[in-house]
Amino acid sequence: MATTRQPVGRRKFLQGAAVGAAGIVAHAREAEALPESQQGGAASPAPEPARVDVFHTDRPGSDYMVDVVKSLGFEYVAANPGSAFRALHESLINYGGNTKPELLTCCHEESSVAMAHGYAKIEGKPIMVMAHGTVGLQHASMAVYNAYADRVPVFIVVGNILDAQFRRSHVEWAHAVQDAAAMVRDYTKWDDTPVSLTHFGESAAQAYRMATTPPYGPVVLVADAALQEEPIAPRERTHLRVPRLTPTSAPVGDSGAVSELARMLVDAENPRLIAGRVARTPKGVDLLVELAELLQAPVQDMRFTLRMNFPSRHPLKMAPTVRVTDADMILGLEHPEFYMNLNSMTPTNRMGMETAPRYKPGTKIATISSSDLLTKSNYQDAGRYVEADLAIPADAEATLPALIEACRRLITPERRRAFDARGVRLAEDSRRAREQALEQASWGWDASPISTARLSAEIWNQIKDEDWSLVSDATFISGWPHRLWDITKHHQYIGWSGAYGIGYGAPAAVGAALANRKHGRLSVNIQCDGDMNYAPAVLWTAAHHRIPLLTVMHNNRAYHQERMFVVDMAARANRDVGRAGIGNDLSDPNIDYAMLAKAYGVYGTGPITNPNDLGPALKRAIEVVKRGEPALVDVVTQAR
Amino acid sequence: MTRPVFACAIAFVSWSLAAPLLAQAPATPPTPTGNAENGKQLFTEKRCFFCHGTEGQGGGAYPRIARVQRGADNFVRYVRQPAAMAAYSEQQVSAAQLLDIYAFLRGLPAPTAVKDIPLLNQLKAPGK
Repeated sequence: MATTRQPVGRRKFLQGAAVGAAGIVAHAREAEALPESQQGGAASPAPEPARVDVFHTDRPGSDYMVDVVKSLGFEYVAANPGSAFRALHESLINYGGNTKPELLTCCHEESSVAMAHGYAKIEGKPIMVMAHGTVGLQHASMAVYNAYADRVPVFIVVGNILDAQFRRSHVEWAHAVQDAAAMVRDYTKWDDTPVSLTHFGESAAQAYRMATTPPYGPVVLVADAALQEEPIAPRERTHLRVPRLTPTSAPVGDSGAVSELARMLVDAENPRLIAGRVARTPKGVDLLVELAELLQAPVQDMRFTLRMNFPSRHPLKMAPTVRVTDADMILGLEHPEFYMNLNSMTPTNRMGMETAPRYKPGTKIATISSSDLLTKSNYQDAGRYVEADLAIPADAEATLPALIEACRRLITPERRRAFDARGVRLAEDSRRAREQALEQASWGWDASPISTARLSAEIWNQIKDEDWSLVSDATFISGWPHRLWDITKHHQYIGWSGAYGIGYGAPAAVGAALANRKHGRLSVNIQCDGDMNYAPAVLWTAAHHRIPLLTVMHNNRAYHQERMFVVDMAARANRDVGRAGIGNDLSDPNIDYAMLAKAYGVYGTGPITNPNDLGPALKRAIEVVKRGEPALVDVVTQAR
Repeated sequence: MTRPVFACAIAFVSWSLAAPLLAQAPATPPTPTGNAENGKQLFTEKRCFFCHGTEGQGGGAYPRIARVQRGADNFVRYVRQPAAMAAYSEQQVSAAQLLDIYAFLRGLPAPTAVKDIPLLNQLKAPGK
């Protein structure tokens, strides 16, 4: 109810517009009942018009926002509720019918964004996230940084009460902010603060297009609370329209540079392809396989497996014995850590820092990376400068078709014979590496805590005949899924978080499982215990929205990476390494994850300590997941 | 609240440097002289299992050291001046203690052959 007499301005205009537009139930009679002295007499100045209280409108601004949101094709909106977007919330569920997008109830904004992150990695497109402009976006910020560093599109709408007159309590003052997107501007691709509905519509389309044009990234759109809650003005009703979304293409490398790169690759005797975030889509996997097979060149994507780029059992999967030291040409594809692939650094166990190239002098270095097209200064995720002979600032997946054709044109029968001979050698290296991995997995097979190799083999045994999807990272379990499983499809591995911010794993898995649901896939999350404890209530979100997901705890009862760091530091300081668990262990008491799951309405079993109990426990849990529900198996594991 | 875990990069370096030194050796060394039972306890106390596993099995980034094939002297030398793992001084673990750990590691049983572990044996199949 607007009760304040305002100077002429936008709010006054909107109020008047509402009167005209809504066929108002007015309460002017209240003014007639006032004492004459208060109504003003003949000698008094001319009275102001009686205030008219407006209770209803048929068309709040948030309805138009929903029209815009629907036009962008979002399937879901992930949100922890917040008053700064209450009108948009209401419009989504009533005016929008809570369908396309459907509201997902989240218990933490970090979970909302991480769910969107995981969803996008499977589906290749964003879902929307809503958050308070202050406290909500503050909660969300770490997950936003992960999405930015991982080059994943997330569409975030934050509510904010910019006009001070509309802040009705100190809560709303504390939740209001002058520049809502500022706090995440260092790690978003774009943001805007629309001041009209037309502005909102156009900026929403603009934001979506920017988020989904490679390099992908999160975007923020501020939805002003008064703009949401006040009626659409009659003047705006006549010309408001939902903008048409303009599709974009990915940036492709310059044709001259691509030809030069093709020449380098075809001329090389020992090329290496180092893959980071190459495959944005399933097509990216096919293209990388095509390039590798055309050149019979090995592909490395094991180090911080950032995406599913290349089949795990492909004969050209680079074996550990195939090193960059032997290369005469190295191509980095969308790899944020390319420098570390090429250079050695002084390890943590000794003082100082020296770096040295691992590759031999004269080795050609080239990159295709869209990182150069999306850079910010403050946050340092860009990685260290690489002295390349050729750097192509472009999207790798989009550039691969041209590179493949350029290589094809250059390959002579003589080069083809050399490539084929190289391929035979590499296949033998790959076969030996695989045998060694199996042999390595046999060590500690019956250990308790359960070895991460056994954990991975037991899971594989249960899922191998399903259409499965690993919706978690594999780094902390020593990469065993990539060494043991037959990973062939893009959706079978979603990669890591981007910025390595812990707390991403559980919600990203739920988001990815949500995307997998309509495809009927069995989603598997190998979940680190430390990560789970950041925002475990995402388990409730999975249960509430009937998201089928098998979560298998990698419960080593510690923030283990940090425990090892403290050992390193204690060793450097020549002090007691035995105290490294202090501040890092998650024991005494042990956390009961099966009980935690049950508390959130999720099937939970464990802790499993005997490796022989693991297979049957997984089988029972998968039966639950196949009924369309989440399930959790707590497994007490070796540290790595 | 957030925690970068870039140490894995170093772990990979550690693996590539340390594996040849610890896991591979040309000949079977002499029988260890240390106390294996004491070595088992020290293996836990000195946090060796953090990286190498409770049975010395290793992992993706860290080498297997169960049934270590290096000679005892070589083992002690490596722990004092390793390629990438934490360097343990005499003050942190004495030579005598290292020999006990060495005896423990050397005495660990060999694993069951892959062909006799059905879950692993089935993984020999080539990719689809």
